[in-house]
Amino acid sequence: MSLVPGAGPARELLRVQNLRKSFGASTVVDDLSFAIAPGECLGVIGPNGAGKTTTIRMCLGLSAPDAGQVSYALGPGSTRVLDMPQDAMAIKARLGVVSQIDTLDPDFSCSENLLVYGRYFGMRDAQIRERIPGLLQFASLSHKTDARPGELSGGMKRRLSLARALVNDPQLLLLDEPTTGLDPQARHLMWERLQLLLQQGKAILLTTHFMDEAERLCSRLLVIDHGRKIAEGTPRALIREHLEPDVVEVYGVGAHALMEAPVKSLAARVEISGETVFFYTQDAKPLLLALTEWPQLRTLHRPANLEDLFLKLTGRQIREDG
Amino acid sequence: MAPRDDPMQQAPMARQGGPQRGGLSPWRAPQLSLRFWPVFLRNLLVWRKLAIPSLVGNIAEPLMWLVAFGYGLGALVGQVTVSTVSGPVQVPYILFLASGSICMSAMNAASFEALYSAFSRMHVQKTWDGIMNAPVRLDDIVLAEMLWAAFKALFTATAILGVMLALGISHSPKLLLAWPVLLGVGITFSCIALIFNALANGYDFFTYYFTLFLTPMMFLSGIFFPREQLPPLVRTITDWLPLTSAVELVRPLFMDQWPSDGWRSLVVLLVYTVAAFWIALALTRKRFGG
Repeated sequence: MSLVPGAGPARELLRVQNLRKSFGASTVVDDLSFAIAPGECLGVIGPNGAGKTTTIRMCLGLSAPDAGQVSYALGPGSTRVLDMPQDAMAIKARLGVVSQIDTLDPDFSCSENLLVYGRYFGMRDAQIRERIPGLLQFASLSHKTDARPGELSGGMKRRLSLARALVNDPQLLLLDEPTTGLDPQARHLMWERLQLLLQQGKAILLTTHFMDEAERLCSRLLVIDHGRKIAEGTPRALIREHLEPDVVEVYGVGAHALMEAPVKSLAARVEISGETVFFYTQDAKPLLLALTEWPQLRTLHRPANLEDLFLKLTGRQIREDG
Repeated sequence: MAPRDDPMQQAPMARQGGPQRGGLSPWRAPQLSLRFWPVFLRNLLVWRKLAIPSLVGNIAEPLMWLVAFGYGLGALVGQVTVSTVSGPVQVPYILFLASGSICMSAMNAASFEALYSAFSRMHVQKTWDGIMNAPVRLDDIVLAEMLWAAFKALFTATAILGVMLALGISHSPKLLLAWPVLLGVGITFSCIALIFNALANGYDFFTYYFTLFLTPMMFLSGIFFPREQLPPLVRTITDWLPLTSAVELVRPLFMDQWPSDGWRSLVVLLVYTVAAFWIALALTRKRFGG
């Protein structure tokens, strides 16, 4: 049931078609289309201000698109298509959302946060209370049942937000930068939990700035910049399609001089970022051999990754609003 | 060809109802439902944790005013004349003040809740944003906040009413009717306050509302002295203040009398309420971008 190329059209939970949104003179989302199938994790990556959060807000009916359509087919064996914003209430009843900023209730304990949030979905108290221990266990917060968010670490708060988004047992989760600001341990635990959800057959739409996160979790990626889709595919396929397989990073005093040296011709593409020179090549061996002539420089030979792809597609310049 | 069981594969135009485009007017009619109730319950649950200290704060200050001015100033003032449906009636100053100041307390309680507390939930804690990710509309959240602030006003008024009964200031059986009227006063002032909540950039903004709007109204609505003392032009203007209508409804009930122009006062409060709620909702929708 996943979107494997050549496997034929799969059922989709969410389809976004030709979405467009402008604020004043600036177009924030420009003719964006994508879809998510059950069990799939779609990652949306792009620099700050690329339109990720606006896209999510339109998917949630919180912002009205200027053009285009957001449609859902949720619920068990659902044959009815629900459109934003007309069917917003019916759609949200079956969605789980974790927004960029925690919106937990600071005056409530972890279990009260879940109880109160479940009520917004029209769930009965008994029904919610039955789910609370399982949700807290999933979030590794069983020992914090009566603690308030103020007593939790950043990672715990994010996991409580995730548990809260699962209170209505949604089929599709929309996660806006779920691990921003977390330490590596907390991020790994979050990844593990998200993998578990994917194994349970839930679909996830995820925005992130972390390329390792995108590579690890996402079955498919959408790269957007200036509101437009600039690439789409599996992480591996995108890297193969856009990049040479090998990267040699060279840094140290005098590294920039390599741009003028004949060694440059041994690479298919050379870029500078900060003090580091990046050589992209099909075969790193002759390049590494030639670089031994500069013993004061340090080299790092590695396979091309998503970060290279991201920087190639969206540029190395720091954005003014970034 | 798309499989027939996949509704997403149908052409969009074939489906019921075209998409709504951006630019729905924020002034469209309120879309209210019972989904407001869990939001109201949320506020109730928070308040239950803090009810006792908040109760002390809510009734201590109005009682100090009442005791200091009612007994202190009352001894100097003596009797005050109030017009009722059965003509002018002489009442002790403490009764005059108590019946007016309870309206002021309801107004203040509703205003504080719908300004400072609602703003904390809306802007600082982002509680509203969290709720809107669930199937609850902004309209229902605004309704819940409005009713919640009115409930707090009623709670405060009830506590003060209890103390007034204990002090023997009034034993009028019509006080039972003053109770729903005070809830109405709470509703009116929470609606007005929510307009300023929607416009606020920070807590400082509310100082303007209190000093430029509520405080002058307190002195012009016949709470501390009869409006007959005001110059004729000012008096005519104050005829249309919401707090004046509240006082003119509540005061006679404290004296076991019927208000002399009850229907007019009720209509004035109702017009303020409906208009303020509509404006508050529209401005809040604008604030939230839709």
